[in-house]
Amino acid sequence: MTVTSQEATPTAQTRQPVLQAVQIVKTYGHVVALDAVDLELYPGEVLAVIGDNGAGKSTLIKCLSGAEAPSQGDILLDGQRVTFKTPLDARKHGIETVYQTLAVSPSLDIAGNLFLGREERRSGPLGSLLRMLDGTGMRKQAKTQMTSLGIGTLQNMGQAVESLSGGQRQAVAVARAAAFSSKVIILDEPTAALGVKESRQVLKLIESIRERGLPVILISHNMPQVFEVADRIHIQRLGKRAAVVSPKTISMSDAVAVMTGALKVVPEQEVDGPDTAPPAQT
Amino acid sequence: MSGTTAAPDDTHYDAAEEFLEARTPAQRVQTTLHRYPWLSPAVVLVISVIVFGLLNSKFATPNNLSLITQQVAVVGALAVGQTLIILTAGIDLSCGAIMVFSSMVMAKTAFDSGVPGPLALLLGILVGAGAGAVNGLLVTKVGLPPFIVTLGTLNIFVALTLLYATGRTIRDSELGTGLAWLGETFTIADVRITTGVVVMLIMYAVFAFVLRYTAWGRHVYAVGDDAEAARLAGIQVKRVLMSVYVTAGAIYALTGWILIGRVNAASPNSGIDANLDSITAVVIGGTSLFGGRGTVLGSLIGALIVGVFRNGLTLAGLDVYYQTLAVGILIIVAVSVDQWIRRARA
Repeated sequence: MTVTSQEATPTAQTRQPVLQAVQIVKTYGHVVALDAVDLELYPGEVLAVIGDNGAGKSTLIKCLSGAEAPSQGDILLDGQRVTFKTPLDARKHGIETVYQTLAVSPSLDIAGNLFLGREERRSGPLGSLLRMLDGTGMRKQAKTQMTSLGIGTLQNMGQAVESLSGGQRQAVAVARAAAFSSKVIILDEPTAALGVKESRQVLKLIESIRERGLPVILISHNMPQVFEVADRIHIQRLGKRAAVVSPKTISMSDAVAVMTGALKVVPEQEVDGPDTAPPAQT
Repeated sequence: MSGTTAAPDDTHYDAAEEFLEARTPAQRVQTTLHRYPWLSPAVVLVISVIVFGLLNSKFATPNNLSLITQQVAVVGALAVGQTLIILTAGIDLSCGAIMVFSSMVMAKTAFDSGVPGPLALLLGILVGAGAGAVNGLLVTKVGLPPFIVTLGTLNIFVALTLLYATGRTIRDSELGTGLAWLGETFTIADVRITTGVVVMLIMYAVFAFVLRYTAWGRHVYAVGDDAEAARLAGIQVKRVLMSVYVTAGAIYALTGWILIGRVNAASPNSGIDANLDSITAVVIGGTSLFGGRGTVLGSLIGALIVGVFRNGLTLAGLDVYYQTLAVGILIIVAVSVDQWIRRARA
């Protein structure tokens, strides 16, 4: 992706994050999982969130995706304050999340999984009276969706998901998110359960989503992957945001050093928006 | 995949393309059985009908086969509700008790209070749905395992039935109009068919459609498959579970109506062990006890297999103990086949 002039010039519009967390606090009893964390996601970017185990990245993502409610702090979507009580609330606002656990229903087919919870009925009395689903229509749309994301290897939308490989299952989950998301896609360790080849497929998917202009939050442990696809990197440490850096200006080992606390980030390496750090060229 | 004997990790990553063109004949069978879980019981049913037909000339007569359907009507209808619950990875031990309780409510309101038959029937169905709701609430709100919940309510509903009926059977002459209707028969080409069997078949048709073609049906499978994945996909898992238990309760009550027609009376002591028979039918029918896989069609076939074995072994002059032995072996074989099919997918 190339830098557009709009992104390069700091106008009020580009400075407005799509999704923003302001001073989010989340406590579980005495444990403070998130200690006043900020996060900004700008249009069209891939923001990676990295951090050691227990740094609070999963909790942060749960708050953004509606799986958990923050104890304090605000979540702003397009500058408007929103509260998510359930993942469904977040989905209704256009935020789709893909979880590391391959959250698909194995016995349903690809189309069934893509439309799970959002099934479409047939038109006419068969649909309204008998509540019959439009299987053909959903398979057709699923096919269009998969093709547009470049997942051409999956031809038969009536194929049960359990007969797919881990990478293909994750591709289905990502395609579901991409199909219904209007604002933000959150990917929580999408490659954690996958092999090398399959991880590549998912990374390619992330790039095709960015080409569509949808911003992505990518949570990952895998530094090479993060440095490959991310435009900016949010480093989480001990429940706080340690730094936001650009993969262009920081080395992988320095990023790990910030993550583990061995290095305090140098100010000029910090970036706070896409205008100061051009997105990676691909 | 490089070798013929691939390491498990290897299969996990590269299996997909291979599955499109299944590798060995055994795997092709496995894949097909997995896609159509009712297929293996259907084969067993056809073979057993042929074998029993060859053993005894009286077996394969239209009237004997019709008799078998009458014998399985109650367990078969009960198995519709049981299938729904097992598809959600639950189990219902209280189904027989709810059925008898509902049938007593129907008979007693018709007999004692003189409520017209259709109204008594409706009342019974409401009681059944309410009993299902009790199970559902305990499973979803209190979070108890379905096995424990229904083990408890099994005893509760048996006790309530006996207390309510004061141990008394209501006979045919005392039943309200409409309640014994399902015991009546009509003939098609000299074959006697009871209306109860027809009602059971209608129940199967309705729920086969609902499970296959409606969003609710898909959600039932998704919840049983992986409740967490379903929740993350935006399905309200507890609401689906609750609706399944209530629906199953109503189905049990309808089965109570079939029961009244079948025994031509409402007795607090009838059909108590029907719970295990219905689980047997569901399991032999290829529905997985782990949830998310199976069909109501399979359960109908499962119920018919048990009926065919019992009837066929009786005609063959074997002691009733051998029937029980055969059913036991069938269960073990059915679950083993299910495990074998599932292993291929792990």
